[in-house]
Amino acid sequence: MALGGGAGAAARHLTNHWLRTRFGSTSSGGTLLVNVLGSVLLGLLAGAAVDGMWLALIGIGFCGAFTTFSTLALDLWSAIQEGRHRHALANALVSLTLGLGAAYLGFWLTG
Amino acid sequence: MGTAASATRVRGGVLAAVALGGVVGSLGRYAAGLALPHAAAEFPWATLLVNVTGSLAMGLLVAWLVVSPGAHPLARPFLGVGVLGGWTTYSAFAVDVVHLVDAGRGGVAFAYVAATFVLGVLAVAGGVATGSRVWRDESGLDESGQEAVGRDAS
Repeated sequence: MALGGGAGAAARHLTNHWLRTRFGSTSSGGTLLVNVLGSVLLGLLAGAAVDGMWLALIGIGFCGAFTTFSTLALDLWSAIQEGRHRHALANALVSLTLGLGAAYLGFWLTG
Repeated sequence: MGTAASATRVRGGVLAAVALGGVVGSLGRYAAGLALPHAAAEFPWATLLVNVTGSLAMGLLVAWLVVSPGAHPLARPFLGVGVLGGWTTYSAFAVDVVHLVDAGRGGVAFAYVAATFVLGVLAVAGGVATGSRVWRDESGLDESGQEAVGRDAS
């Protein structure tokens, strides 16, 4: 679990860094990508009813730490604070639609 | 390549700080899940708890970083990206919602989604407001510090 958590956080940081330097992505873009990827992977595990060590390592550890909510909440708050209300609303709706859609897709594929 | 490449390379120390923070945050989240277990059709209190408290802590962290120019360079990667990134999660939130909908509990799923987003954003706001009040008074900085808060803190 701890191993997966450390790897997940490091992978999230590398993904964000890569998107930012390679494509000039914002914090919101990187967070959206890791959240969607992590949600589809955890959905796949949930659909396949994976449990025990593999759920702890990949599901709770890696997916749990690869994805994040605190940065998303911070980005939403920052946008609201700066008067970019439409950006905040769009970010929330896209995160929800794609994140929940990804989790459902994974769940459906292996379920 | 030279300087341009090294300027964009992830430093090993930063990555280690992020990974170590991720271990700490994930262990805490795992413990919270064990303390507040829930069946697939029940309200996921543990995930809501970690996400809202992590958002509150993120608000406090950005407020602290604004008034702490001398903070250790690894403080933000370790605490913000690592610990809080590992403590909070989106994948468990998304799969919680799928499980609730799958169990025919759409109303609970909707309430859970709304609670997570509304309380999460309010928690960041509360953390920033509290932190900037406490630490601004200590550091003697004025209100203008608030303008810089929230800029790419993680």
